[in-house]
Amino acid sequence: MNTKLFDYVERHNFIYDLSGVTKFLCFMIAGAAVMFTYDIRVMVVVFVVSMIAFLLSQITFQQIRLMVIYVAIFMLMNILLTFLFHPQYGVEIYGTKHVIFSITERYTLTWEQLMYQGSKVMKYCSIIPLGMIFILATHPSEMASSMNRIGIPYKATYALALTLRYFPDVIRDYQDISVAQQARGLDMSKKERLSVRMKNILNICIPLIFTTLDRIELISNAMDLRGFGMRKKRTWYCAKKLNAKDYFALGVCLLLLALSIGMIVFVNHSRYYNPFL
Amino acid sequence: MINERKPLVSFKDYSFQYFAQAEPTLHDINLTIYEGEKVMIVGASGSGKSTLGNCINGLIPFSYKGESKGSVQVGGRETSEMSLFELSKIVGTVLQDPDGQFVGLSVAEDIAFSLENQCMPQKEMIELVQETAAIVDMDRHLTKSPFELSGGQKQRVGLAGVMVDDVELFLFDEPLANLDPATGKTAIDLIDKIKTKYNKTVVIIEHRLEDVLYRHVDRVIVMNEGRIVADMDANTLFEARVLPPLGIREPLYVSALRYAGVEITADMKPESVETLDIPRIRDAVIAWNERQPQPQPSPKREEILSGKDIRFAYNRDHEILKGIDFSISAGEMVSVVGTNGAGKSTLAKAVCALVKNVKGQFFYEGRDISDQTIKERAQHIGYVMQNPNQMICKQMIYDEVAMGLQLRKYPEEEVDRRVLAALKTCGLYEMRNWPISALSFGQKKRVTIASMLALEPKILILDEPTAGQDYYHYTEIMEFLRSLNESGVTILIITHDMHLMLEYTERTLVICDGKVLFDGSSVHALTNPDIAERANLKLTSLYDLAMKCGIDDAQSFVENFIHYERGLRDRIGPQTK
Repeated sequence: MNTKLFDYVERHNFIYDLSGVTKFLCFMIAGAAVMFTYDIRVMVVVFVVSMIAFLLSQITFQQIRLMVIYVAIFMLMNILLTFLFHPQYGVEIYGTKHVIFSITERYTLTWEQLMYQGSKVMKYCSIIPLGMIFILATHPSEMASSMNRIGIPYKATYALALTLRYFPDVIRDYQDISVAQQARGLDMSKKERLSVRMKNILNICIPLIFTTLDRIELISNAMDLRGFGMRKKRTWYCAKKLNAKDYFALGVCLLLLALSIGMIVFVNHSRYYNPFL
Repeated sequence: MINERKPLVSFKDYSFQYFAQAEPTLHDINLTIYEGEKVMIVGASGSGKSTLGNCINGLIPFSYKGESKGSVQVGGRETSEMSLFELSKIVGTVLQDPDGQFVGLSVAEDIAFSLENQCMPQKEMIELVQETAAIVDMDRHLTKSPFELSGGQKQRVGLAGVMVDDVELFLFDEPLANLDPATGKTAIDLIDKIKTKYNKTVVIIEHRLEDVLYRHVDRVIVMNEGRIVADMDANTLFEARVLPPLGIREPLYVSALRYAGVEITADMKPESVETLDIPRIRDAVIAWNERQPQPQPSPKREEILSGKDIRFAYNRDHEILKGIDFSISAGEMVSVVGTNGAGKSTLAKAVCALVKNVKGQFFYEGRDISDQTIKERAQHIGYVMQNPNQMICKQMIYDEVAMGLQLRKYPEEEVDRRVLAALKTCGLYEMRNWPISALSFGQKKRVTIASMLALEPKILILDEPTAGQDYYHYTEIMEFLRSLNESGVTILIITHDMHLMLEYTERTLVICDGKVLFDGSSVHALTNPDIAERANLKLTSLYDLAMKCGIDDAQSFVENFIHYERGLRDRIGPQTK
């Protein structure tokens, strides 16, 4: 039964061997680089770099299929809604109007709008692979320590580690409770009306909540008894030391950030790159 | 002499009352535990033994709030003036539930947890973890996640996790509750080894006296209703007959000696069968055995449930059930035993269709029910989970029991009739309008059984019905199940408890590595070294006693014992608290 939150597969390659801190920082730095800018050229560079990193990591499509589907749905919604509420935002930004075709006066598709929305999509596409790398190519044990290393309080990051640890237990409880309630006659299959099914799920959640509360008391006792939270800092068994590879990766990301800021300050003199002038 | 040793823990006129409770849980406790001692604390549920443990490790007063009088000192200082952190450097606690204690994502991280909290540099930490893991024989599993470990392995990790701190006192809270008999025996061995080798102080809180006494204990402290009623070595304890009136079970061989009319004295060394002065008791035991009447063979019955070549796998490469055949007769009470992960719970789930894609056939009263859904099978076979909190989802007893019938859209009068009948059977009729939150564990268990009985199944499968229960509650639950069985319900019990096997189920199905290893008399399974070893069971101490006394037919000796005890219980009713 696979009930782990993330399916971590052990691999050894350039990306997997990087420290979790590096992967998290790279994600944040490259994220900042594309956040500042609307210059599609910069984004394409970041996109290419992150795709190379993604390919190097050897993460398979199977592992990310579900995530890709969710992201695609989210982006489609985003594209449609942006066009629905701000169909002329591109024209406002770039100051010109090159019409492609027109549905009504308000809903006229322009090259400017296409440029603006295209940049926005590119923003997501360039940064998501790095996020996936952090989530999938970092050993779960290392996640909490890497986030703590860059300044997030350890009590907060340890909550993440505990989630990873106990999530499968809660899922197993849910499955056990669910089948036991089904034996009593709760119908969870599609034969039943949605409203009834929602009510039935509630019947499973009540015992689940009580079981989980019992577990929380036990875990917090176990942690207290072994001195958790007694000091301001803690060390981590699983932290990896930074080496040349890590500095190289961080260097690449800092260059991307410099590129992004450099383009804004010295070339475009604004956050936007305007090909229409 | 003991008195020359340094006291490590000392209670003086100590009382404690939880804020949420009306009565104090501990009264006038006076107790000293010396360095290097091995002490066992026994008592029924609610006797205050766990609370006493919490006072030693500091959960009281730091996590559980309440009002206390008197003094508790650990290492010469009042615990209330220390911090939980300081205390955790002296007292290492291994909790009852090895899963809850396992906070790390892997074995190594869990062992290192306390070191991480003390900011030990990584390099030292890795060495120390390696060393400690080797002591508990887990050094080859450092990167494994808790899901890949057995209960016994998790417990060893828990032990290593407190050993890294170089604590002076190990406190074990019911270390045997979640382990199968053979693993429990290994755990007691390991505790003993560590105590001797590193000269540590050990406190074990347990109600399974016999299993703990498998290795020598310096003192047994008996608690009852919040007070210490005895504080003596095990030999004197048996001479003084402290336990029987308190609802704590004596070791089976001690009971056997009492039945045989032996006057037990401390100088017979009755603390274990190994130390027992056999020549002084041999004749009495043999004579008693010969006096017992021949047991009646049980009547032939018709088959009610059977399975043919049952196979099941969660994923392709790991088959859990590897072709199981079984046949259960109407009116039987059968125990299903085996190691953790052997497949006994999975088999029960397969019978009830709680897992999908099971291969093979099930027959109920001769009909093939392999294609029936969960809901349909639940009409014939009720499944009661180990933890009643996992089943209960209504607030009122009546509604909970009625739920299955209402979901099946039975007419109201029929629902009412069946619910009341089920509540009467389970002794809950008077409480039918109570909220479930007001019930004890055993009563909640009965509510879950009642909610199954309301569907009028002919077979009931119970997963570990007595886990974590003391002798009094164990007897209460089991006698109830027995009366249910006598009223015609066929009962299957998944269990680790050898006493339960022996005393309540004539027949046992031993599942080992996805197959049926043994199917037959429970007494036979527990008096056969080969079966016991392969199924992680433990030979009953009655077997050892019979062997030492030179009784060749150990099996019939054990049968005589069960029969005799049954007779006693039927005459005087279950022992009261």
